[in-house]
Amino acid sequence: MSEPVLTVSGLRAWYRTSAYGVSREVRAVDDISLSIAAGEIYGLAGESSSGKTTLIKTIANAIQPPLEVLAGSVVFRFGDRPVDIHRISREALGKIRWKHLSYIMQGSMNVLNPVRRVRHTFFDFAFRHIGRPKPEFLQVVRDHLQRLHLAPDVLDAFPHQLSGGMRQRVTIALATVCRPEFIIADEPTTALDVVVQKGVLAMIHEIQRELGSSIIFVTHDMAVHANLTDRLGIMYAGRLVEEGRTADIFRAPRHPYTAHLIASLPRLGDTAPKKGLDGAPPNLADPPPGCRFHPRCPRASDICRREAPPMAELSPGHRAACFHPEPERPA
Amino acid sequence: MGRILIDLLRFNRQFAVGLVLLAIVLGFALLSFFSPYPPNDSFVVPPDVPPSWAYPMGTTSRGQDLFWLLTFSIRNTLLFGVTVALISRLLALVIGLVAGYCGGLVDRALMSINDTFIVIPLFPILVLFYFVMKDHMSWGLLALMMACLGWAYDARLIRSVALSLRTREFTETGIFSGMSMRQILVEEHLPYVLPIVFSTTMNNINWSIGLEVTLSVLGFTDINTPTIGVLIYWANQHTALVAGIWWWIFFPVLLVILAFIGLFLLAVSMNEYIDPRSRLGRSGG
Amino acid sequence: MTGYPLYLLTRLGQFALVVFIGINIAFIVTHATPIDPVEQSIAAATQFGSTSPEAIALMRQSLKELYGLEGSLGDQYVSFWSRVATGDFGPSLSAFPTPVSTLIGRALPWTVALLVVSTLLTWVLGNLLGGLAGYYRRSKALRFAGILAMTFHPIPYYIVAFLLLIVFGYLWPVLPISGGYKMNMTRDWSWEFIGSVAAHAILPVLSLALVGLGGWFMGMRSLVSNIVTEDYVAYAELGGVERRRILGSYVMRNALVPQVTGLAMSLGSIFNGAIITEQVFGYPGVGTLLVSAVHVGDYSLVLGITTVSIVAVSVAVLLIDLAYPLLDPRVKAR
Ligand SMILES: Nc1ncnc2c1ncn2[C@@H]1O[C@H](COP(=O)(O)OP(=O)(O)OP(=O)(O)O)[C@@H](O)[C@H]1O
Ligand SMILES: [Mg+2]
Repeated sequence: MSEPVLTVSGLRAWYRTSAYGVSREVRAVDDISLSIAAGEIYGLAGESSSGKTTLIKTIANAIQPPLEVLAGSVVFRFGDRPVDIHRISREALGKIRWKHLSYIMQGSMNVLNPVRRVRHTFFDFAFRHIGRPKPEFLQVVRDHLQRLHLAPDVLDAFPHQLSGGMRQRVTIALATVCRPEFIIADEPTTALDVVVQKGVLAMIHEIQRELGSSIIFVTHDMAVHANLTDRLGIMYAGRLVEEGRTADIFRAPRHPYTAHLIASLPRLGDTAPKKGLDGAPPNLADPPPGCRFHPRCPRASDICRREAPPMAELSPGHRAACFHPEPERPA
Repeated sequence: MGRILIDLLRFNRQFAVGLVLLAIVLGFALLSFFSPYPPNDSFVVPPDVPPSWAYPMGTTSRGQDLFWLLTFSIRNTLLFGVTVALISRLLALVIGLVAGYCGGLVDRALMSINDTFIVIPLFPILVLFYFVMKDHMSWGLLALMMACLGWAYDARLIRSVALSLRTREFTETGIFSGMSMRQILVEEHLPYVLPIVFSTTMNNINWSIGLEVTLSVLGFTDINTPTIGVLIYWANQHTALVAGIWWWIFFPVLLVILAFIGLFLLAVSMNEYIDPRSRLGRSGG
Repeated sequence: MTGYPLYLLTRLGQFALVVFIGINIAFIVTHATPIDPVEQSIAAATQFGSTSPEAIALMRQSLKELYGLEGSLGDQYVSFWSRVATGDFGPSLSAFPTPVSTLIGRALPWTVALLVVSTLLTWVLGNLLGGLAGYYRRSKALRFAGILAMTFHPIPYYIVAFLLLIVFGYLWPVLPISGGYKMNMTRDWSWEFIGSVAAHAILPVLSLALVGLGGWFMGMRSLVSNIVTEDYVAYAELGGVERRRILGSYVMRNALVPQVTGLAMSLGSIFNGAIITEQVFGYPGVGTLLVSAVHVGDYSLVLGITTVSIVAVSVAVLLIDLAYPLLDPRVKAR
């Protein structure tokens, strides 16, 4: 395999606030490493507040106070020169954004400027990368919209005049119009109804195949991951706890948390009620010592309470951070 | 409450500065109770004496000791502001809470009236009022009139808080357990809007003092009750600036500006403290 | 009915309500008081002597008519409104027999010009600086501007105007401190005249601006520091949109929407400020006219100015309201 497009190593990003003498540190991303190859769809799963959005924001260098990056690096390789996205100038970053790296935000409902027509947003984001005169540029955008089954007249609409599904598709069109090599998608389908959701997923898949882009796809819907992604990373309380080929993880999850996630998926012919996970998700401002999952883990032992388990390769291409992983299941 | 005050004092510089300024002004007003002269007596001291050890702020052309006169004036001015603020608080609270609680048509009707009072230029109306009342004009009457005209802006703020309370669980629980609207508003909603009531009170005091000073300086109030505005009015009548009696103007203006800035800083810092965003940063956990 | 027609209708309704309530307050203030304004006004107007008996009789008659004292309260109410509707407040008592409407018509352009210039200047500058201060939170200069704004904003118009008068009238007399143009100048459209008008407007405009700037500055600063956390701004940052464009078309553009509403809401108090400022600098607008009318006891003029002020401010608010949908496309959908 060639060099990965994205290499994240030892990334740590916390929200730090302080007001009226009360300081708080939310350890939303704690020591995460991963890499993504060209043309790969990488899924990111985990319960709400586990830090998925924070992780990909940090990867995209969308850092705004109170979020701070404390350690680690995020290196992209577009063409043949690697760039650490946290250590390049604003101008250099501006050249990468949208041309090479685009982003679909969580809750895309409000990502379009409410007082401007959609057309202007396309101009602001994409015009400088496409490098054609205005009429031609508009034609490129119209063609692209058409390919995504959107009527070109959405360009003349204000965001409030579009339905939720349309807005979502417009943002996907916006994120793909420059044909970027890398797309980060944060729950692009969560707010949509099932039918629209299917359409949007198909659309993303189609574009990905056409452009050959890599995608990080975040959702807590495991069914979507099963259908769409090549590899899967599971987050729990700010940490990556398991990572491997999607098929492997669904077949034989190694981390007890992942095992629980998979086991609780509804399956055809199921009759027994699903068992919930005991206890509440940890408070990231004051996470439990050792393995952050231990208070809710059926397999926890003494060492889990004392030490944080490192990520370890348990079988080729399959990593998990657990002292007592679930047994390997032969294919 | 005490804890909040200490927090604000320690971590909010605006609040601390505002409090100090206001304390100076208040302390000065309290000195009036020790004045050797009654407020309205004139020619008790030699006129036009510049500030000195004997007369720290000098004396006026009407033979008053400016220092002691000023203590009375600032006391009356503050009292005026507080009176207007208290009366208009009642109106603002009732209208804001009811509009927020009822929502719908009642809310819209009340807010239309409310916006009307925000927009109408009050100054000409107050001048008209003085014109009709002339010698019958008194301190209390003006306060009442201003309270009746000056509640609207704050009612709008209170209403927006009340509107968000309407959908909260305790409101519904209250309704189901048979509490009357008055009970719900007073017992359940009032505590939530009190913070914003406090901060608007400061702004309202500023507003009413400002108008009172303006009206008085023009002579459009009862010019026999000493207030800061009346003080400046008399100074202007005696063309104090042209005559070089600068202290007659300087000290009242300085003192009232301290009061304005102090009150304003308190309002601003309280607002910041109530703001949900800054609360989020504060709440542990 | 939805969209723009509905919006139009509600704004027109609000306009009618403001005029209605405003005029009613004026009616109540003048009619619910125990004092007989007719005799009082005549006493005040005649205390300077030199008024002929016919003039007094005319005055009494016109005053009675104005109050409608002959009829019932209902009749009085109707005649009051018809006065307002026709803009006919009778002859001025102090400048008898010049009609009140002529006097107001002469003064109003000065006030309107003063208001338009100072308000536009203040609003634009305050929002611009406030927007920058909200966006570039670390700038030292802008922080200092914030402290200045906080210091001047709470001081009432009168005191600020008065302070400027002291500074530029007595301590450092470089600017004209009284009137609308140099005395005894012919009022033509020569450069000299225009220059003189501009010079005389500096202090009134400055005092209105000093108070007003702070309000817009602080309002805009806090609006902007909220808007920068909105998704569409974060997204534009992610899209590599130029910073200047983000500040202009995304942040400020959205913050302007509530600031225009704010402008409409504060026109009344800005108008108060203009009246007061005019009086301090002897500016030939309605403010100065109002104060001198009170001093000479000219009832019809005071009433006329009050009414015209209410209507004029309401019209200005309505104009802003009508232009508002240009700024916020969402009202049409509501
Ligand atoms: N601006 C912020 N200030 C402080 N804490 C924050 C902020 N944004 C997020 N957090 C905290 O960081 C943690 C991780 O949040 P994040 O949004 O990354 O979760 P997520 O996995 O994307 O959740 P979801 O599935 O609900 O989108 C949460 O505990 C959240 O409370
Ligand atoms: Mg998220």
